[in-house]
Amino acid sequence: MFDFLIHGFGVALTPLNLGLAFLGALLGTMFGALPGIGPINGIAILMPLAYTLGLPAESALILLAAIYTGAEYGGRMSSILLNVPGDAGAVMTTLDGHPLAKKGLAGPALGLSAVSSFVGATIAILGLTLFAPLLAEVAVMFGPAEFFALMIFAFASMSVMMGKDPIKTAIGAVLGILIGTVGVDSSTGVMRYTFGMPELYDGIDFVVMIIGLFAISEILLMLEHANRQDDEDDIPPLGRVFISLKEVLACKGAMVRSGLIGFIIGILPGTGASVGGAVSYTTEKRISDKDGTFGTGDMRGLAAPEAANNASAAGSFVPMLTLGIPGSGTTAVLLGALMLYNITPGPMMFSERPEVAGGLIASLYIGNVVLLALNLPLAGVFARILTIPRWVLVPGIAILSFVGVYQLHSDLTAIFLMLIIGVFGYLLRKLGFSLAPVILGYVLGGLMEQNLRRALSASGGDIDILWRSGISIGLWIAAAALLVLPWLLPKLITKLQPSNRPMAQVEDD
Amino acid sequence: MKINKAFHQYAGMLTLIGGALAAGNVHAQSEATECIAPAKPGGGYDLTCRLAANGLEETGMIDQPMAVSYMPGGIGAVAYNHVNGVRNDDPNLIVAASTGAAVNLALEKFGEYEADAVRWLGALGVDYGAIVVKDDAPWENLDELMEDLSDSPDDIAFGAGGTVGSQDWMKAALTAKSADIDPKSLNYVAFEGGGEALAALLGDHIQVFTGDLSELKSQLESGKIRVLASLSEERMEGPYADIPTAEEQGYDVQWPIWRGYYMGPNVDDEAYEAWAERLSELSKSDEFSQLREDRGLFPMSRFGDDFNDYVLEQVETFESLADEVGLKQ
Repeated sequence: MFDFLIHGFGVALTPLNLGLAFLGALLGTMFGALPGIGPINGIAILMPLAYTLGLPAESALILLAAIYTGAEYGGRMSSILLNVPGDAGAVMTTLDGHPLAKKGLAGPALGLSAVSSFVGATIAILGLTLFAPLLAEVAVMFGPAEFFALMIFAFASMSVMMGKDPIKTAIGAVLGILIGTVGVDSSTGVMRYTFGMPELYDGIDFVVMIIGLFAISEILLMLEHANRQDDEDDIPPLGRVFISLKEVLACKGAMVRSGLIGFIIGILPGTGASVGGAVSYTTEKRISDKDGTFGTGDMRGLAAPEAANNASAAGSFVPMLTLGIPGSGTTAVLLGALMLYNITPGPMMFSERPEVAGGLIASLYIGNVVLLALNLPLAGVFARILTIPRWVLVPGIAILSFVGVYQLHSDLTAIFLMLIIGVFGYLLRKLGFSLAPVILGYVLGGLMEQNLRRALSASGGDIDILWRSGISIGLWIAAAALLVLPWLLPKLITKLQPSNRPMAQVEDD
Repeated sequence: MKINKAFHQYAGMLTLIGGALAAGNVHAQSEATECIAPAKPGGGYDLTCRLAANGLEETGMIDQPMAVSYMPGGIGAVAYNHVNGVRNDDPNLIVAASTGAAVNLALEKFGEYEADAVRWLGALGVDYGAIVVKDDAPWENLDELMEDLSDSPDDIAFGAGGTVGSQDWMKAALTAKSADIDPKSLNYVAFEGGGEALAALLGDHIQVFTGDLSELKSQLESGKIRVLASLSEERMEGPYADIPTAEEQGYDVQWPIWRGYYMGPNVDDEAYEAWAERLSELSKSDEFSQLREDRGLFPMSRFGDDFNDYVLEQVETFESLADEVGLKQ
């Protein structure tokens, strides 16, 4: 049954392919680390190159897959160091990653995120190897109605983030939802808030959104602080560089749980690393955050989204390899790359082209080890970025942001839009809003609306469809539980057993 | 940082060498050519550009690799406006387009510029629409499906990768119309891309998927789907040989999806005709026919004025069609 994998390791361990896996891992880490250039662009840039060089199909795929997984590793760097997510999956990484860097723990934070990425990806690749065909069957059971229920669940789980200031969190999420409505309505083709500008027809691009919201607003904050003498968030002294084994072990529960969550969400077509990161972070906060340390630099809050975004990247290969259906934007590009080689991924690929399917999966194992080996020692080197003086760092980030957005659109409107969103993000931060709910509202709101509309058009307007299947009912119940239990449970328990401390202390410590 | 610096120095050197080469090459006929894909990387337009770029390079018809750049926005409208407004006379620039662009032009979604604003250059390949159901669906042919559809339109959900009014929707609407069913009564679900729609079909969330033949190849081999009809003039070969056309079954629907290019309005005749000639020659070569087949496309040969007339006529047909099915406000 695992013939293809043994065969695959044979393919992946040839010197050429091993070298390509290394190259891809390195390039991917760089693409992920640069704001604006995510895995999609990295692959799109190198795809024609791989083809022109005349690489055989399995080698090209190994290179591209290594870039994809590498980018998920690299995305965390600017999240942790600069509070600017390098790509979509790394938004949640900023929440605890950047506070850690501010405490002078940038090195350990980078090291921990490399370890969590490794654990998350390993869980997902094992899942991919063992259960791919079975999971693909489950993935297609998710239709519009089930996705809608899943989004409700995701929003419900966001309620834990409300913490200090619930009203501001809610306002932030609603602002995000509003921004997400700009563009052609995905079911009827009606234009919404486009003001006759063709540049807005496709809505506000994700990259423009995160770069504006995070990078530009960060630059503005840095500029504002530049003239202050009593700089309270001065560059922290670079503490120790490496993560200790004890710290890693303290996060093991968070990594395993988040790896599983990320993998499952990655398998579903249409939801990717950003949703995986969000759900895992909020889940982990609910399970482990007993002292309210999440958001202030808790290692577990960093480990959770990092494990999840890598797991979901690997998970999105499941529908691609088994059904020929991309599980994420990036696998859609990979699918295009395969078609260049006249390979149509799908149920027949494992039997017809075992060297491609097996080689790819084997290279994911190898790439993952390579990435860990590459990223652990480099943590100390990259952490030094923080010691670069502001007058070099700020223009540097600005240039990367502008170039990143421009190369994506070849159009100045995107740049202006990014600046406007940046000023908006800056104002929000000055008013004490957190940016994560805005970005989550923007991502989840769009998905939620689309899937509600799809479900209702499929049923001809009959609202029953939303709770017709077992999956949706389960998700509705889970969402309701998330909202009600934290409020209800302590009361019940104190009533029943007044002497005991409330809330069962679940596994992790 | 060190790597970066080295890279920049290296890149600088390359530019220098490139510049020197270009200067030496002024007399050579072929200049640096470019193809704009009016979308994000990786989509159909990207592949359309690469089809020309790889084809022309492999057959040696251009000396330097063709650059492919991306200009997403407004389902192609941003690029259309750009080529009309800014680079309207660039003799080395072609832009990818497809039937979808013609539909959007007919629906006046491309802003102030109309279909005759650019010079339509030619198409290098064509794909055909298909009516697809799951392998365990109760319908063996188009007749059975249409019969059930006219009895109870609410029980059969159609789905595809585009919005109401898009070319994907047109396939469903035209098929319904050919059986005298009001397209407006269809339950149509708009997905993002054919892949998502296919997943919904396999999961029984929709009953009919109106896709393209080329994206169905692997699913056909696995036997998970059944194609009730291809919307082509005649039966296709190879893995599609068993699929009857809608025409054969008595429904007058054809839906070719051509993949071609246009140029700016002020490109001079000489450059335009040279390009048309180049593409026409390309489409005849054996190397290219292999490339085209690899992309799952079928041959189509219309170039220059012939293609220009074809597109304008098509847009006109779509306009009257849109009126008929009540799409235009």
